[in-house]
Amino acid sequence: MNRTLRLDPIACDGHGLCAEILPEWIALDDWGYPIVDGRPVPQQLEEHARRAVKECPRIALRLDRQRTTGAV
Amino acid sequence: MSSAPSRRAVSAPLGAGRLLAALRRDGHPVSLDEHLAHYGRLDLESDLIALLDASGLRGRGGGGFPTGRKLSAVAGARGRPVIVVNGTEGEPASRKDKGLLGRVPHLVLDGAAAAAEALGARHVVIATGRGARTERTTVARALDERRDRVRWRLATVPDGFVVGEETALLNALAGAPAKPSLKPPFPFERGLDGAPTLVQNAETLAHLALIARFGASWFRSLGTEAEPGTALVTLSGAVARTGVYEIELGTSVSELLAQAGGATEPLSAFLVGGYFGGWTRDRNLPLTAANGLGAGVVVALPTTSCGLLESARVARYLADESAGQCGPCTHGLAALAAGLEQIASGQGVERDRLERWARQVAGRGACRHPDGAARFVTSTLSTFQDEISLHVRRSRCSGSDRGILTDRSGR
Repeated sequence: MNRTLRLDPIACDGHGLCAEILPEWIALDDWGYPIVDGRPVPQQLEEHARRAVKECPRIALRLDRQRTTGAV
Repeated sequence: MSSAPSRRAVSAPLGAGRLLAALRRDGHPVSLDEHLAHYGRLDLESDLIALLDASGLRGRGGGGFPTGRKLSAVAGARGRPVIVVNGTEGEPASRKDKGLLGRVPHLVLDGAAAAAEALGARHVVIATGRGARTERTTVARALDERRDRVRWRLATVPDGFVVGEETALLNALAGAPAKPSLKPPFPFERGLDGAPTLVQNAETLAHLALIARFGASWFRSLGTEAEPGTALVTLSGAVARTGVYEIELGTSVSELLAQAGGATEPLSAFLVGGYFGGWTRDRNLPLTAANGLGAGVVVALPTTSCGLLESARVARYLADESAGQCGPCTHGLAALAAGLEQIASGQGVERDRLERWARQVAGRGACRHPDGAARFVTSTLSTFQDEISLHVRRSRCSGSDRGILTDRSGR
């Protein structure tokens, strides 16, 4: 099942642990805040993604199933 | 003078005078009797949501979301819905929603009551910013004249640019800080007190009130195929008559200028869409949501004004108005503002760097504040290239900062 990594930008404090754990999927902007690839996480990176979620000191990351956005 | 509401069928408004057609010359609010004499009663028998879908009405608060779909989403959610009238109008240069609430309140209230009826809502909250005292008084008096089947609550929230964002508004109404929350969940599924909530801009509800009376075809008889109907525009800057105008969507900038009595001095550029909008030098630009009209603010910048200085001031305002919750917005907007200020003061800043920052902040906040600010800065950089060159070489150009974009005195 393909999951996407979702960041809560309000909770995020720019610690940057996630980018260290998963540099293939998460980059840091000029101010140290994560830029998370929004596509479904590839199989081979899923374990690292779970670790990034677990290690985030602000619990700002989540692994979500694909959601049909009813964006209004 | 009051007369019994007319029972004859009232003919649908012709021409672009729809929301503003019943305005009184003396500036006093239109009473319920006057309102009904002008527009007739609202006795909707058909399906409001289907009517709104057919009309093509989109939100007039800047988001431009199809109104019928918004009501459908609320209707499909679990629990008894609540309606929130967004009358906050946090952008300093915008006066259209205050204009409606202060002069033709019954249009907005009709729309809110009709939406409530269609959605089975029993409570309607009318949200206004702290500074809108006159408008609140007018709305309170208008509510006293009415007998709707809903319970009205007239609420005051803090003034501020981001307060109008729907989750920030709902937080403020719940007594929490007026800062946005992450979506999902969306207000249509879980909003005020956890109920499915329709947050709708005041002007959108006014259009809804007329669509419910005169139908979808009538609404579509003006405007464009993609963007039907009329919209309110707040025009300021170097024009003879600043103020709120009702235009057919697709009207050009120059047609709007003509309605306002023309320019009072040579003009350099136009800001279309307010602080989240973009600059243009093209007078033939059709005013539409697709062209960035947003919540309808248009500013005519004279040549004696420096677009760079004016824009730097707005960029700083937008940075200051950030809720400060998300790193990219808090840091990025401050960096963009400082960058524009540095260019304006003659210190060359790499344009590439500013453009990269603008790209980096968009889409990375809990709300669209950084996106709007980034769009504005990017537009400034591309439109005022000549001024930028002059400022880099000589620390100034021929214009000065006249505070045109941040002027609140115009009514």
